[in-house]
Amino acid sequence: MDSLSAARWLMTLALVFHIVFAAIGIGLPLLLVIAQRRWLKTGQDHLLRLARKWSKAVALLFAVGAISGTALSFELALLWPGFLEKCGGVVGHIFGLEGFAFFLEAVFIGLYLYGWDKLSPRAHWWCGVVIAVAGAASGVLILGVNAWMQLPVGFQTDAAGNVTVTDPIAIFKQYGWLTMAMHSTLACYMAVGFVVAGVYAWGWLKGRRDDYHRAAIRIAMSVGVVAAVLQPVSGDLLAKFVFKRDPVKFAAMEGQFHTERNAPLRIGGIPDEQTQTTPWSIEIPGLLGILANWDPKTEVPGLDIAAPRADQRPPVALTHLSFQVMVGLGFAMALVGLWYWLRVWRKKDAALDSRPMLWSIVALAGAGLVALEAGWIVTEVGRQPYVIVGTQRLQPLVDAGKAPWMSADMSGYPGLLTRDAATTAPGVQAMFYGFVVLYLLLGVTVVVLLRYLARSDISPVCEPRT
Amino acid sequence: MPLDTLAYISAGLALVGLMAYAILGGADFGGGIWDLFATGPRKHDQRRAIATAMGPVWEANHVWLIFVIVVLFTCFPSGFVKLATALFIPFHLALVGIMLRGAAFVFRGHDLERSSGGARRTIAWGAVFGVASVVSPVLLGAAFGAVTAGDLLNPLKAMPWLSVYGIACGLLALSTCAYLAAVYLVVETRGELREDFRRRAILAGTTTAALAFAVLALAYFEARWFFDRMFSPLALPVVLAGLVFFAGSAWAVFTHKYRLSRWFAAGEVVLLILGWGLAQQPYLAWPDLKITQVVGPPATIIFVLKALPVGAVVLVPSLWLLFKVFKGSKGSTAQA
Repeated sequence: MDSLSAARWLMTLALVFHIVFAAIGIGLPLLLVIAQRRWLKTGQDHLLRLARKWSKAVALLFAVGAISGTALSFELALLWPGFLEKCGGVVGHIFGLEGFAFFLEAVFIGLYLYGWDKLSPRAHWWCGVVIAVAGAASGVLILGVNAWMQLPVGFQTDAAGNVTVTDPIAIFKQYGWLTMAMHSTLACYMAVGFVVAGVYAWGWLKGRRDDYHRAAIRIAMSVGVVAAVLQPVSGDLLAKFVFKRDPVKFAAMEGQFHTERNAPLRIGGIPDEQTQTTPWSIEIPGLLGILANWDPKTEVPGLDIAAPRADQRPPVALTHLSFQVMVGLGFAMALVGLWYWLRVWRKKDAALDSRPMLWSIVALAGAGLVALEAGWIVTEVGRQPYVIVGTQRLQPLVDAGKAPWMSADMSGYPGLLTRDAATTAPGVQAMFYGFVVLYLLLGVTVVVLLRYLARSDISPVCEPRT
Repeated sequence: MPLDTLAYISAGLALVGLMAYAILGGADFGGGIWDLFATGPRKHDQRRAIATAMGPVWEANHVWLIFVIVVLFTCFPSGFVKLATALFIPFHLALVGIMLRGAAFVFRGHDLERSSGGARRTIAWGAVFGVASVVSPVLLGAAFGAVTAGDLLNPLKAMPWLSVYGIACGLLALSTCAYLAAVYLVVETRGELREDFRRRAILAGTTTAALAFAVLALAYFEARWFFDRMFSPLALPVVLAGLVFFAGSAWAVFTHKYRLSRWFAAGEVVLLILGWGLAQQPYLAWPDLKITQVVGPPATIIFVLKALPVGAVVLVPSLWLLFKVFKGSKGSTAQA
């Protein structure tokens, strides 16, 4: 493995691992404060037990999220000095804003987890609210950096390479950031909602049919389904943004090799770069133009003119398949979620008497997390070979006279290739292997501890501190 | 505002973050160290006292490290990435340690709550927590030493952090963490347990003083530039004040004035880091990385400086609340 590949795999590992815990850190506190709020209102014992159980899960998962996030703050500089040297002065403060939200989260996590018997119930609940809000805010803010990598704005570079920042918050004025932030935040709520619903639906199927499980499924499904139903809207807005901003990524996502009008939407299929086709897909004529630009007659640039050379393209098959997985699972979750709410509406307390529905919820327990990772692959693999996507990316289209849009908001920055950003320090491979072991150890232990936590009995009264 | 002023303000900001990380995060490392070296009939009580003291605050304390990193790469992007490249290995290893100790602390906490089984895993994670808490400050201290020794970008000087001077700096960092933790734990315990930590404070304090002299002596040979700078009229008074605080904390420990010793010990670390910063300026790393030359775009730094007070309005009361609830006079105290 060469040093560049090792750096890429190490960063992939660090991010794929962190994303799971970051999503949980955003979603689970929301479920927690809903459960606790309902307990404060009704005084029902099972709601308090639920809140305390989730509180323990948050304690474990937030800590792992915090340390895996620390890894990212180190790795940015250690593995990608070329990237950080360029972007540090332009968007470093956005990491700072995210860091501020994370700081608040960490402070209130301490107050919340250890404050069950030190704070009044109401003050304690508000600490939970701060965690939920700060968690969501940190995700929304960090997306500012990610959006900037796709849309580098707010600065100018002179011929000598000196950077002048013209607007430090330019990215937050971009529609692209807003749609990306919406999409990823909703994805976190979907992921956590369905994991939790899946766990308790499994318990119900195993015969633990009590108020505790019913309440857990209901709270999880209310968060998960609201997010799942809104998600196609945000996804559509985001697709339209990607079409305008990065037609190469759009073409790779859709397996679109040839430029055409009335382009079909391809469902499934495996893009083949040899034959420049996407066989085995179901094609719906004209729909791609509508998704891209509200008009079936829109000319959708294919890879043939958007990125004619192979070294200008991301891995097409991986991008397209990840996109299919994400969208497919997202729709499945929305449908099963609506099925659940339809039963709640029609059957009231007998809503959970349908085994097919419960099995569907169990089957989709991990779907949100898989969709989240798949969406991350679409975003980050789809932007290759660049780490910062600038004007160079659009040059083939401009040369072909096909790019009337986007240049206005781009600062004229040419872009940065991933391979030019990587570290020159020796030892990247060794670090990669070491971190594989580290993440395996952490991941396995978290699963083991969560299984024990799931089985443990949480007493409804606050335990005396030792 | 002139760019040079911005560079100095940014460096000061990073220095403040480093101070906070040292006196808060450093004490958490120290907690891990005393966990590893828990001995005697009150071994388990010592560990429990450490866990109680760290539990609510360690995650917030840890954020100061991220604060320092973010300030450095935002305000000195081109300088910081060169440090990251030169110190690729120790930073990575320290990162592994930091991750493992955080995870191990929480994993062990979860295992402890279970009445049956999990005992072997508890011991294993406890050991990981302790060992990682020893290794990480040594590595961070060694990297710190390599920065003060200078000449980091010289390709002929392979692994400068592995020099005798670097290792001595690492051990000094380790010992200082242990000292801070012991002094803080004396405040948060009662009875015989308190005596345990008091003895540990005296031990670590003595070691720290000895190592500080060793580091200074080694600096004369291996980091001469830095040695001279420490005796410059700007840095020397602050360093001396730091030593006075150190003596003050030792006196307070001996005479059982524990709350006072906590302030003295933290003040000592703050002053010594300030003294280091005054000696080190205007270099991020001598002689290649001058802060005024590696400073980032001014608009970004001005944004940071404007955003900071706004953030502080929310953050400072939150931190105050956290420490008041868990570390105030009504906070928890452990007794054997």
